[in-house]
Amino acid sequence: MSYFTARNITKRYAAHLALDNVSIEVPEQSIFGLLGPNGAGKTSLIRIINQITGPDEGEVFIGNEKLAPHHVDKIGYLPEERGLYKKMKVGEQAMYLAQLKGVSKSDAQKRLKYWFEKFEIQAWWNKKVEELSKGMQQKVQFIVTIIHEPTLLIFDEPFSGFDPINVNLLKDEILNLKKKGATIIFSTHNMASVEELCDNIALLNKSKKILEGKVKDIKTTFKTNTYAIDFDGYTGTALSLLPNGFTLLSETNQDDMRQMVVGLPVKASQNELLTAVMPHVNIHAFKEIVPTMNEIFIKTVNESGNFSENI
Amino acid sequence: MNKIILVIQREYLSRVKKKTFIVMTILGPILMAALFIVPVFLSQMSDEVKQVDILDETGWFVNKFEDSERFKFNNVFTDLETAKNKLSDNKGYALVYIPKPDVSVPSTAMIFSEKQVSIDLKGYIRSIMSKEVENQKLGAEIIKEIRKVNPDFDPANPESSNAGNVVSEEILKNIKTNIILTSIRMGEAGKEEKSFTEVSMAVGMFAGILIYFFIFLFGSQVMRGVIEEKVSRIVEVIVSSVKPFQLMMGKIIGVGLVGLTQFLLWVVFTMVIVGVFQQVMPGKLQKQQTVESFNPGTRIPSGTESAQAIENIEAQGSMDKLIEAVHTINFGVMIFSFLFYFLGGYLLYGAMFAAIGAAVDNETDTQQFMMPVTIPLILAIVVSQFVINNPEGPVAFWFSIIPFTSPIVMMVRIPFGVPGWEIALSMVLLVITFVGAVWMAGRIYRTGILMYGKKVSWGELYKWLFYKA
Repeated sequence: MSYFTARNITKRYAAHLALDNVSIEVPEQSIFGLLGPNGAGKTSLIRIINQITGPDEGEVFIGNEKLAPHHVDKIGYLPEERGLYKKMKVGEQAMYLAQLKGVSKSDAQKRLKYWFEKFEIQAWWNKKVEELSKGMQQKVQFIVTIIHEPTLLIFDEPFSGFDPINVNLLKDEILNLKKKGATIIFSTHNMASVEELCDNIALLNKSKKILEGKVKDIKTTFKTNTYAIDFDGYTGTALSLLPNGFTLLSETNQDDMRQMVVGLPVKASQNELLTAVMPHVNIHAFKEIVPTMNEIFIKTVNESGNFSENI
Repeated sequence: MNKIILVIQREYLSRVKKKTFIVMTILGPILMAALFIVPVFLSQMSDEVKQVDILDETGWFVNKFEDSERFKFNNVFTDLETAKNKLSDNKGYALVYIPKPDVSVPSTAMIFSEKQVSIDLKGYIRSIMSKEVENQKLGAEIIKEIRKVNPDFDPANPESSNAGNVVSEEILKNIKTNIILTSIRMGEAGKEEKSFTEVSMAVGMFAGILIYFFIFLFGSQVMRGVIEEKVSRIVEVIVSSVKPFQLMMGKIIGVGLVGLTQFLLWVVFTMVIVGVFQQVMPGKLQKQQTVESFNPGTRIPSGTESAQAIENIEAQGSMDKLIEAVHTINFGVMIFSFLFYFLGGYLLYGAMFAAIGAAVDNETDTQQFMMPVTIPLILAIVVSQFVINNPEGPVAFWFSIIPFTSPIVMMVRIPFGVPGWEIALSMVLLVITFVGAVWMAGRIYRTGILMYGKKVSWGELYKWLFYKA
């Protein structure tokens, strides 16, 4: 059951085609990674979802309703380029932004108190934003993004500017929000966090969608039947151990421990490799090499054409 | 709709709470009050004794003006023309001409002079005249009252009264007199120019300049506000909650309200300061003094004369006395049109300033777009100086109709009296233009606020007008 649907979206800016017939479906209560190199059209799509701009063609649905002005109160948006009024006091500002999203004054007060305590920034309520450290500002920004309890959240590079401790804090909060029922669109270049958080992804390049699906499925499709073996107790070359058709992709030697990475023929199973190697060496570890999202990203984008020059 | 009010609120409060606003609010009135007070002091500083001729056709005020360190009063008894010639021949300072009124007591006087007459001289003449007239009227009133009790009372013999104290507060109120003092400058060629045009000039120019400053000051505040939002990147967060148009209008309205607040506070504080000054130093600023003494020995006009006088005075009772000849200006029209052009001009330029702010990345980039916006404003002020000398001419007409200059130029003209249809036409055009400007600004704003790192050209701005949302 998808909560958010964009169908055949096309968006043009003068001579530049920002989105070319892009469709995505975001299942309810999931985290959806919107990926792509710079200038691929992610921000354009996000702005369409936020109704900052409208599509030239195509339709957008939230739940079962066509996207309408009143939906802005259901959407929480943390833009990549974020900012707050520097001269305004933190509390006042958070109240203002919460009210702009349609939260009543008393609710805003209550919720902000909760979040400020949770993030341990309540002492900064009456400080001006410019007096805060960057990380602190980011926390405030995160709070105001979710303060109206949106059902659809859009995070654009949410972890930039955070130290590792706060990145974890934030990850936990994002997973919490998902658990509570929110649907999350997550745009980032940090592929490690995509693997960690996302259920589904769509990859855009040059205004087109070039890849889409469950993270698990995508990784399976991109598997190359490659395995790594850590071993010792053998002095010959690794290559001499391999049966016919198997290729040695790399070999490393660290202290006494050696590792070989082996590509298997299409039909072969990993057990054949083990059977061939086992009689000669002490095996310490045997694992399948699964491509990282990073590798998949680079591979797919390169295959679909070079990086877009339009930033 | 609710959201635009939130935006207005924030824009308003965040500015009103600023230190600069508070400082300006306090400094402004001090400067303005100084404008009223300093000239009074300066005019009193000259140490030369000035010769003032008095031509009194009524005979009421002969020898009533007392010589001071600064003025020597000299009664002349000829006709007006001779007196005027004499004044210029003798290098006198001024000639005060008190014409004989047709039916009632004297209430008008004219001051002829070659130079602008100092305010304290006018104040002195007015206060002596009104005191004298009030004394006379009081005398008449008292005689009337006494006659009610004692019909045989003979005014020539005040001791014959046995009526006790008959001066009631009502009488004191009735006799209050307003002297209309017209100053007339005698030009080099003997051409006489009525001085109240100077008042119109001053009022018109002041209003025009005030609107000019208001537009500049608060228009550029709108622009800076937009740039601030753009530079701090908060704008993307905000426009995901409100429509860009709402954000822009909220800002323009909020800043406009700040301007109105400041203006009103200035008016109030200036009045308070001038008022306090008058209390502390009475008589320094011209002001009518109430009659406190009654001299039984003065000439008392006949009963019918004074009854007529009282009617006359009641009709004038509510006149503004502060500036002479102010009665030639229609204050209803003046105040209404001031507020209208104040707001209309601000909205028109505020929208353009907002669009400029949206089109640039920082304040230094604003210059190329500022020029076309500031030129009409500066032109309006330059043209005003011609308009003031020829408020009916074609220059005055066209510049007060064209919406980009009309808020300033029309305000300069209005104190001189402008036909209703011209005001109406100018106002309608202004409204149409600012609706158009707001529409265009909204489109440029919408695109501009999310556009970074691009040097924008005029052609680019023009394209933005036709982008789809």
